[in-house]
Amino acid sequence: MPFEHIKFYQTGTFTVGNRLLDVSNRAVQSDVRRSNALNCGHRACQGCGEALGARYAVDAAVRAADGNLVAVNATGCLEVFSTPYPETSWQVAWMHSLFGNAAAVAAGVAAAMKAQGRNEVRVIAQGGDGGTADIGMGCLSGMFERNDDVLYICYDNEAYMNTGVQRSGTTPPAARTATTPPVGSKPGNVFGQGKSVPLIAMAHMIPYVATASVANLHDLEFKVEKAIPIRGARYIHVHVPCPLGWGSEPHDTIKVARLAVESGLFPLFEAEFGEITGRSLIRRKQPAEEYLKLQKRFAHLFRPKRDEERLATIQAIADRNIQRFGLLNGEVR
Amino acid sequence: MWKQIEGSRAIAETVAMCRPQVICAYPITPQTHIVEGLGELVKSGELAGCEFLNVESEFGALSVAIGASAAGARTYTATASQGLLFMAEAVYNASGLGLPIVMTIGNRAIGAPINIWNDHSDSMSMRDSGWIQLFAETNQEAADLHIQAFRLAEELSCPVMVCVDGFILTHAYDRIDVPLQHQVDAWLPRFEPRQVLDPDAPVSIGAMVGPDAFMEVRYLEHHKQLRALERIPEISGEFYEAFGRESGGLLRPYRVEDADTVVVALGSVNGTIQEAVDELRQEGIAIGSVSICSFRPFPLEAVTRVLADARRVVVVEKSLAVGLGGMLATDIQMALSGRRQKVYTVIAGLGGRAITKASLMKLFHRAKSDALESVTFLDLNWDVINRQLARETATRRSGPAAESILKDLATLPAKIV
Amino acid sequence: MAFCRISDHPIRSREPVAKPDALIIQDPTLLNQGSLFEGLQPQGYVLINSTRSLDELGVAAYLKRLPEDHVLTLPATELAVHHVGRPLPNSTLLGGFAAMTGELRLTSVLEAIRQKFPGKIGEANAAAAQAAYELISQSIARPPLDNLSRATTREEKTHVEAD
Repeated sequence: MPFEHIKFYQTGTFTVGNRLLDVSNRAVQSDVRRSNALNCGHRACQGCGEALGARYAVDAAVRAADGNLVAVNATGCLEVFSTPYPETSWQVAWMHSLFGNAAAVAAGVAAAMKAQGRNEVRVIAQGGDGGTADIGMGCLSGMFERNDDVLYICYDNEAYMNTGVQRSGTTPPAARTATTPPVGSKPGNVFGQGKSVPLIAMAHMIPYVATASVANLHDLEFKVEKAIPIRGARYIHVHVPCPLGWGSEPHDTIKVARLAVESGLFPLFEAEFGEITGRSLIRRKQPAEEYLKLQKRFAHLFRPKRDEERLATIQAIADRNIQRFGLLNGEVR
Repeated sequence: MWKQIEGSRAIAETVAMCRPQVICAYPITPQTHIVEGLGELVKSGELAGCEFLNVESEFGALSVAIGASAAGARTYTATASQGLLFMAEAVYNASGLGLPIVMTIGNRAIGAPINIWNDHSDSMSMRDSGWIQLFAETNQEAADLHIQAFRLAEELSCPVMVCVDGFILTHAYDRIDVPLQHQVDAWLPRFEPRQVLDPDAPVSIGAMVGPDAFMEVRYLEHHKQLRALERIPEISGEFYEAFGRESGGLLRPYRVEDADTVVVALGSVNGTIQEAVDELRQEGIAIGSVSICSFRPFPLEAVTRVLADARRVVVVEKSLAVGLGGMLATDIQMALSGRRQKVYTVIAGLGGRAITKASLMKLFHRAKSDALESVTFLDLNWDVINRQLARETATRRSGPAAESILKDLATLPAKIV
Repeated sequence: MAFCRISDHPIRSREPVAKPDALIIQDPTLLNQGSLFEGLQPQGYVLINSTRSLDELGVAAYLKRLPEDHVLTLPATELAVHHVGRPLPNSTLLGGFAAMTGELRLTSVLEAIRQKFPGKIGEANAAAAQAAYELISQSIARPPLDNLSRATTREEKTHVEAD
């Protein structure tokens, strides 16, 4: 985390640019010379967390790569809303192949660049949670295992949003989706399923793994810029609220993301070669409920009556994360 | 340079001489020796400037190839059977995007039942994917076709499959004239991509295309294959000029002049067929054969011409359109549509069942008297079939079909002498 | 079942050999299969990897129809163990085949073996092949039903395929 003498605590506006900071500490987005890799005119929903995250991540990647960047995208919301035929929002070299192969295609691009002696070119792969955790897991694991020179960025909105909000391997327990409807004795997604792709990435002992959130965009940029020059397989998992799929207000996207972080449900940390090397501490711990209440996908936990048992289980998950990752009293960076 | 060498090894050495920049493959019988050979050449440094990736699945393999080709590298991979199916989505992706990947298919049957031996069901499953499909008749041709494939693919921006009969060719030791590096360098130009991922000139590749333009994009793919019909014989001619031997082209006729009966087939079985043709000619029977090399694009006009004077055509194919009949035969019938020739479909050699000259000769004798069914399964063991059908009629729980049949065929266990 | 065709002209046929001019049996336990000699040409050769005699193997009567010196046994596994240290009789049998049929020169067999297997392994296999060649060359001067077993009488059970 960047360290500055001025303690700047933001509320309400979520402004990232920050003219009070030294130029070298300002966000990439605040720079008029930014690449604007994901140009305006794309078809993302109002308040889309993924569009926000991708814009910040890719511009940071382009800056860190000194303009020498190639992006490979999996099928999904980002790919679809950014390339509505006959237009494209991308102002970087960009390719879309299939749903489950972004990691492999990116590995191929990296190999080609190496074979052609173009060592300055950096390659990123992008995919949603579906394309990363489920259908893309084979190719992702293969890329990690070979330590291919690719930075994979996953934008996790916790369901297959592009096809109509179906459950994925990262859909949280109790969440309503089109395939885990809020009916029956156990409405919403079941408990005891789901996987943590960051932990899977760490198990491959790759050089760099990090989680990030659109709640802290400066941190997201920092992690991308840190990852770009590293050689070998790298993975960044970004939490991105989807107002449509989560049933939250478009203007609450950053607020909702921040509550996920502050409750402990989405821990922010970094790891290298399988060991945690840093985490973002929670400034003011929030009850998990405060996060859940803002999203209609969890409405059945509160109405017609409160489901105390499941709310408690979710709180326990948050508490376990806090303990496991030392989010309240871990090492200060 | 003449070598007594395994077919796979000749392919590996020839592909290496084409100076590929990225090779990626997942092992599957019977292609393994090709990729192992290439892996060794890269590791030892003999094939320089090439990245070799050991991927996690065939889907991964072709995906890596897609990325590499899009980034401007000459790219190669190989697979067979189940592997080709596993990468099916990527197969269509590569042709749809127009990426000039060259891929060897070590032709092998597709399961279930699992079977590692040769037939053409794998290539056939992808025949309409937009890839060019060239079939090798001999190991010499198998090696030579790869050189032609890179030139054809890169010129047209269309991926090419070189189909080589598994075990029959891949694992056979043959006398092969393996080209020299300087010969290949002189003949195969550098890869100049039509589209490329380059930070200095960014483009977006792989956009969604809606109803307003999809048909046009597909037509352009179709047009590419029509263009390939012209280029394939030209490239074969250019190859002959430089290397001094015939290989490739659209099709190769054998003794079809004044033939009443013409046999048509793909791949190595043509050798056995030619032996049968020679013997029957000695008996005074007017018979010839045609070996089709370019299966996709299918050379409709060339086929119509070469079969024009025949009275009947016998298509011997190692593929089955289940419930219907032949696949190659269907294309042949299209070429002869509205004409007088009778077309006989013979399904043979599935799952590696040997196709013998003796069987073929009996078959061709019947054909010349028009005493053949329109669809024949060559050398089928009707006893076994009928016993299984009877079993299934007798009881509902008749068990897995393949296992029951194998019990029927059980051989004597070897006894220690 | 593996097969090979040797010719001065380009070989076009791809079918398995059904009427062999020569049969090399690497695994004598296969003799139990009744059909092993089916299709063998009237002037055909048979080379069996075994320390036992044709009588002991139970094939002497059946193969009497073949010319003298066309049916021989060779303790190839034992020779391989002796020279190469492993019970792999392939190259050894090639040496025997060359001597029995005259189809190949010994020098060609040795050169091919050395090309295929580098260094010491090639030399060892070549030595085994040469020993087999010499053994068969000598025995052709004698009647074919003699016992050709060497020092060891241990029966090697291998799963190597025969032709």
